[in-house]
Amino acid sequence: MAEDKKMGMLIDYEYCTGCHSCEVSCKQRFDLDSDDWGIKVAELGPWQHGETDFEWDYIPMPTETCDMCKDRIAAGKIPLCQQHCQSFVIEVGPVAELAAKMGSKKKLVLYSETCEASRKKALF
Amino acid sequence: MSNWKWQEGEYEVVRTCTWSPPGEHPVGWSVLLYIKDGKLHHVEGDRKNPLTQGRVSIKFLELPAYNNSPERIIYPMKRDPQYRGDNSKWERITWDEAYDMIEKETRRVQKEYGPESIMTFIGTGRDLWHTVPKITFSAFESPNFNYPHNGWSCYGPRSSICVYVLGAGYPELDYATAFPEKRYEDPDYTLSKVALVVGKNPLVSNPDGLFGHALVDMMKRGTELIIVDPRATWLASRAKYFLQLRPGTDAALYLSMCNVIIDEDLYDHEFCDNWIYGFNEFADRCREYKPDVAAAITGVNADLIREAARYWATNKPGSMTWGLAIDQKCNGIQTATLVLLLCAITGNLDVPGGVLLGASDREAPTSWWGWDELDPEIQAKRIGAAEYPAVSTACSTTQPDMAMDAIMTDKPYPIKMTFTMSSNPIACPVADPQMVSKAMLRPDFNVFADLVMTPSAAAYGDLFLPVASSGEKDGLVGTHYGALTLFVAACVKGVQTGECKSDDEIMLDLGWRLNPSKFPWKDLHEFLTWELNGYGIEGTFDDLVNSETGFVTPPYEYEKYAYGLQTWNGEPGFGTPSGQVEAYCQRFAEWGDDPLPYYEEPPYSPVSTPDLAEKYPFVLTTGARSWSYFHSEQRHIERLRDLDPWPTTEMNPADAKRLGLKDGDWVYLTNMFGKCRQMLKVTPIVKPGVVMAKHGWWYPEKGPDDGGAGPFGVWDANINQLVPHNCYGKLGFGTPFKCMICNVEKAEGGPDFDAAWPKSNNYLEFATNQR
Repeated sequence: MAEDKKMGMLIDYEYCTGCHSCEVSCKQRFDLDSDDWGIKVAELGPWQHGETDFEWDYIPMPTETCDMCKDRIAAGKIPLCQQHCQSFVIEVGPVAELAAKMGSKKKLVLYSETCEASRKKALF
Repeated sequence: MSNWKWQEGEYEVVRTCTWSPPGEHPVGWSVLLYIKDGKLHHVEGDRKNPLTQGRVSIKFLELPAYNNSPERIIYPMKRDPQYRGDNSKWERITWDEAYDMIEKETRRVQKEYGPESIMTFIGTGRDLWHTVPKITFSAFESPNFNYPHNGWSCYGPRSSICVYVLGAGYPELDYATAFPEKRYEDPDYTLSKVALVVGKNPLVSNPDGLFGHALVDMMKRGTELIIVDPRATWLASRAKYFLQLRPGTDAALYLSMCNVIIDEDLYDHEFCDNWIYGFNEFADRCREYKPDVAAAITGVNADLIREAARYWATNKPGSMTWGLAIDQKCNGIQTATLVLLLCAITGNLDVPGGVLLGASDREAPTSWWGWDELDPEIQAKRIGAAEYPAVSTACSTTQPDMAMDAIMTDKPYPIKMTFTMSSNPIACPVADPQMVSKAMLRPDFNVFADLVMTPSAAAYGDLFLPVASSGEKDGLVGTHYGALTLFVAACVKGVQTGECKSDDEIMLDLGWRLNPSKFPWKDLHEFLTWELNGYGIEGTFDDLVNSETGFVTPPYEYEKYAYGLQTWNGEPGFGTPSGQVEAYCQRFAEWGDDPLPYYEEPPYSPVSTPDLAEKYPFVLTTGARSWSYFHSEQRHIERLRDLDPWPTTEMNPADAKRLGLKDGDWVYLTNMFGKCRQMLKVTPIVKPGVVMAKHGWWYPEKGPDDGGAGPFGVWDANINQLVPHNCYGKLGFGTPFKCMICNVEKAEGGPDFDAAWPKSNNYLEFATNQR
């Protein structure tokens, strides 16, 4: 695949609330069992630094099952995790374009593709 | 192509907007139902919805699992009352047989005891706050519409206080609902500089019509947060000010914040001079709660109280959203009043970007749904109405503790028949649930309308009516049950499951049989059109279904009090006896309470009961929300259960270390009222000395018959066994579900079944055998 066609996933984890909508959407797409994930939300904290000062972040991480919903994008739809994310913190697109969006905003993370092709077959 | 139904490859697609069931508040998730071979296959969010914009919670993403689950009861069933508790005795019957049974028992009870001996039970947050009262008042012709949550400790108190103090419908965050095209970017919308979030975790709970993540939308655009909560929630970790108070002490905190604002002359003079009744008396009351005094009560640093109060008063507009934590305490009425006054004295009521208010004609629905047409002699028999006018004036219900006492004691008269729609009393809303479980064996006939076999129906149900879920019914979804309508949308039926009927269909069927003149609609759609028009929306239900988005956001009028839109007579002002915001509440005085808001210690606390606190040293708060569940529902949905498999009790690491407890240990929570077992979660988000225990737990995998821990093991897990019956505030509202005391000790192990959530779904033989 040409470099400029490579896809990526940009996450603004300043606002990820850990609502699990991305995880469940992806599990449904690939019909995944309990301990099988297409995207998984990691938790940092909660850590208490001062009386009212808490550090607590959720960070979604795509697994090797994630195919960036290329079939959906080709059909004019958006990836399921991005669509259902209650905080709108996930954006899937050409990785070069997403990299340009990184700018100076804090708590962004950009993932490149995780696999050539998913091991799993999407149900929808 | 139709706006609401089309073909997409192998799927038929139907657009709908959701409301419970499955359990959920009227958030208004618009979803596309993808239907294959007559069954719901999957759902996707509908991006045309202007508020949720395609976003969907996991509860509704899992709608296919919920609707198609083998645990669903999909045909009417009956059980001879002599076999209550024995769940092998249920028999499938037809709807006609079920309605015949209800008609026969209704006529018998009406004739032998009077219609008041029929009592209905409703569940919270669902789409039947018109259905159940209408069945009660117009079909059964009984005055005893009952919300079985002790002290009416959810929504009703706050809603009533809006009526008594403001003469207004429910207050809400201004999240640009009236600007469906451009939302927050609309030039006519004003973004709140600060949002005060009080006793609420709206991201998880999506309460009563507020789409919780709208708050995140606002934070991204610059809204700062002041969070008042005993738990450091994720929102608290992003807040400008986080006030982590001792559970149950909120009123002292708000008295103090108001004191700082008044003493430092940060209040809105123009608003207070013109629109507040009793401002000077209120200011004097607040002076008793200087920050040092409030700090000693609440455990919040005095400087933090001062700084948060100053920030709130000087960053306008400020909006506010409040949660049921306010209601779940004996001092809740005063707490609710104080939160409204904190918004009022800073000039934030009903201004753009401030606190939205329902118009006066959108007050709590005292006269709706057939109450006014009841015989006055019957009306006068409503249980608890004479004793607690603060409850019965704005809520068209009984006082719930007294209603349960009537069932138990036959006083003032016996209750011979009950009808429970979407409530699971002994697993969720009631305090002292083991007592209630026994009491509910006393009526001759108990009807349940629900979706799965619950501990309550398993224990004492005689007739089970199977209810349709979202995606299986036509209906309406609107915010705040009509008290503040920020949107109205159409729920559209895509599939039929078994013989399930919607709650509205059951209401109409019963009404047409029992008292047809009070049910003049010829079919469901005619009823829904009538209901839609009642929300102030023109056109028919079918028009709404066929419209571009199926979703209406009515225009919003700000500053209604200035234009005569907040009163009944068209005069400027508020719909209260004084025509002003009543800091000195004349109705409270009339009902025998202090007219000014005050602080009162919780009835059981280290301060009020120090002797008991030696034995039960933890302050116990309950009911933090879960992404997976709505109260007692959804424990049988595998993906949801996987994410939150056990009832958890949160404890600070310092306490856990001192007691030799580890994360994941099973523990007993005990106090003078009862005991339950939960799994320990060690976390710094609660302060030392405080524990939070989850509510609404039972174990579907344990089976419906009592194996020693109640039906479905409900006595193993239900935290409300530690909360007392008949413990509420002076005006009849507020039971301390969120501020009790308890001890925590290590349990020998977990509940007596496989360590992992069983994957086999065939434990309810009668449910699966039906197919």
